[in-house]
Amino acid sequence: MAEVTDQETDQRHGSVYRVAGAITISRAATTQREIDALPDPLTIDLSEIERMDTVGAWLIYRTVRDRGAKVIGASRDEVSLLKQVGEFDKPTRVVPDEPHNFLAGLRELGEWVTEAGVTLVGLLGFFGATLIGFANVIRRPRRFRVNAVVQRFDVVGVRALGIIGLMSFLIGIVIAQQGSVQLRQFGAEVYTINLIGRITVRELGTLMTAIMVAGRSGSAFAAQLGTMKITEEIDAMRTIGVSPVEALVIPRVIAAVVMMPLLAFWSMLLALTGGGIFVWLSLDIPLLTYIQRLQEVIPITDMWVGIIKAPVFGFIIALAGCFQGMLVQGNSEEVGTRTTMAVVQSIFLVIVLDSVFAVFFSNIGWI
Amino acid sequence: MRQGDPIIAVRGLRNAFGEQVIHDDLDLTVCRGEILGVVGGSGTGKSVLLRSIIGLQTPQAGEIEVLGENMVGRSDDEAKNIRRRWGILFQNGALFSTLTVAENVEVPIREYFPFIQPPLLDEIASYKIAMALLPPDAGPKYPAELSGGMVKRAGIARALALDPELLFLDEPTSGLDPIAAAGFDELIRSLQKRLGLTVFLITHDLDTLHSICDRVAVLADKKVIGIGTIPELLALDHPWIQEYFNGPRGRAAAESYEGAGA
Repeated sequence: MAEVTDQETDQRHGSVYRVAGAITISRAATTQREIDALPDPLTIDLSEIERMDTVGAWLIYRTVRDRGAKVIGASRDEVSLLKQVGEFDKPTRVVPDEPHNFLAGLRELGEWVTEAGVTLVGLLGFFGATLIGFANVIRRPRRFRVNAVVQRFDVVGVRALGIIGLMSFLIGIVIAQQGSVQLRQFGAEVYTINLIGRITVRELGTLMTAIMVAGRSGSAFAAQLGTMKITEEIDAMRTIGVSPVEALVIPRVIAAVVMMPLLAFWSMLLALTGGGIFVWLSLDIPLLTYIQRLQEVIPITDMWVGIIKAPVFGFIIALAGCFQGMLVQGNSEEVGTRTTMAVVQSIFLVIVLDSVFAVFFSNIGWI
Repeated sequence: MRQGDPIIAVRGLRNAFGEQVIHDDLDLTVCRGEILGVVGGSGTGKSVLLRSIIGLQTPQAGEIEVLGENMVGRSDDEAKNIRRRWGILFQNGALFSTLTVAENVEVPIREYFPFIQPPLLDEIASYKIAMALLPPDAGPKYPAELSGGMVKRAGIARALALDPELLFLDEPTSGLDPIAAAGFDELIRSLQKRLGLTVFLITHDLDTLHSICDRVAVLADKKVIGIGTIPELLALDHPWIQEYFNGPRGRAAAESYEGAGA
């Protein structure tokens, strides 16, 4: 389709904008530029136009509105289209108003502080609700959901064996390799075994497992409960008379608390195996000697330190996951943010608690 | 193309998921300038038919022509020129949740006409929002802040962003109260008249069928078993059609439009 624009400037009559062909959205930017370039008073001649869409009509309408341009040669359809466009001239904003930068910063800081406070109080409240749920279940053991708990054991524990085992095995190798390189400088390569034994059993086995469980199961808890919240399943449960804490939170908390020490122990074993294989292949220390040395250098209290921490971490992870899941409101986007927050919160709390434990166990003499 | 020419032509369409055959040898023609209502029981493949026509679902067999172009086996790039000539309202609005209503309306414009800049872009969005009869304060709101009816109106505003020739609506009045549904019917009718649209409309709403549809297509037995005005359909002696239009709800809807329709 031929599209010709013709602009004339005449001192007496002002300028005339004459469009032939189509005035549509595909030429909107050009048309606007051409109109802007013409001086007032402006006359728009539509007599040679073939097609006009709402955007074209809008361009002409706003020229008339803002610059008092005169329109000539419009057909009946075009006149009615222009009139309709004018009816809907109700400007709206595209994005919500944003306050002044400094104020916005202050407000954000305030919101962040309140949010942190509210979350902390909410988490404590949720902790209380979970304890009450436990008490109820203990008083009426028939309300304990065995099937749900066993199913969670499978999901949280058994299915995590592979990935946690592989991760721990590789970490054992890395510790052995890095340790032996450093210790070689002092001619103390044989102490690599002490390093592997104590660090994996006392610290890393439990900590890495907790991080993996937080990423794997804590996030799943938040996403599951969050989705159930959006689809109103949790509301449905409440109205039927099933307590969501008893039906959803408690099985997950039990699963995490029971599975964490087992997984942590598994992780320690695999890390020691990885380290042992490296020591055997790289330092020529036979596996049997390695095991003997481990028995000598790892005090049994290290084992207790590792295992005692595990259920506490599991509890924190399950609690944070379920708590964030229950906080989901409104849209599906929030499931994503809440899941992220659950993982960040639980890993953060796990590390904070880990340092508290470290100081505590050292002070009671389990060194 | 003139009024009355076919704008959508589906011939011999076959769709199946695994063993389950949804459509078998389905034919359907939509004429330019009409509002066609598509009805059928749950699971008869109304939404699948829509998805096949707009190219979201590749059929196993058959031909689909939209706006004179073959749609089957087209790459996304090739389909782009057709896509800008239609607008679609999905059942739940499908607004982009991270964008405001006005930004949602601007998405197709930005995509196809990147040279259109604010303030013109914002003015076009405002105009479309007003045309969908949304209040001006709806522009800067996020979809989560809107009611069900407003989400549908915002969806219409986005569907109309590029002045389409063809509008697909998937259950536009479901989930709306009767007053909002009637308002929505009126909106579709007035937009169709004003902009010369062709509307392909999937619905369960008998009132919508009676009040705004020029023709109705009935989906059953994996085919379109009848297409025409409601009296024409009633002349066909198919049990589902009879039950649908002559059931208690169907009769009530028919009676309330008898005076107006004549």
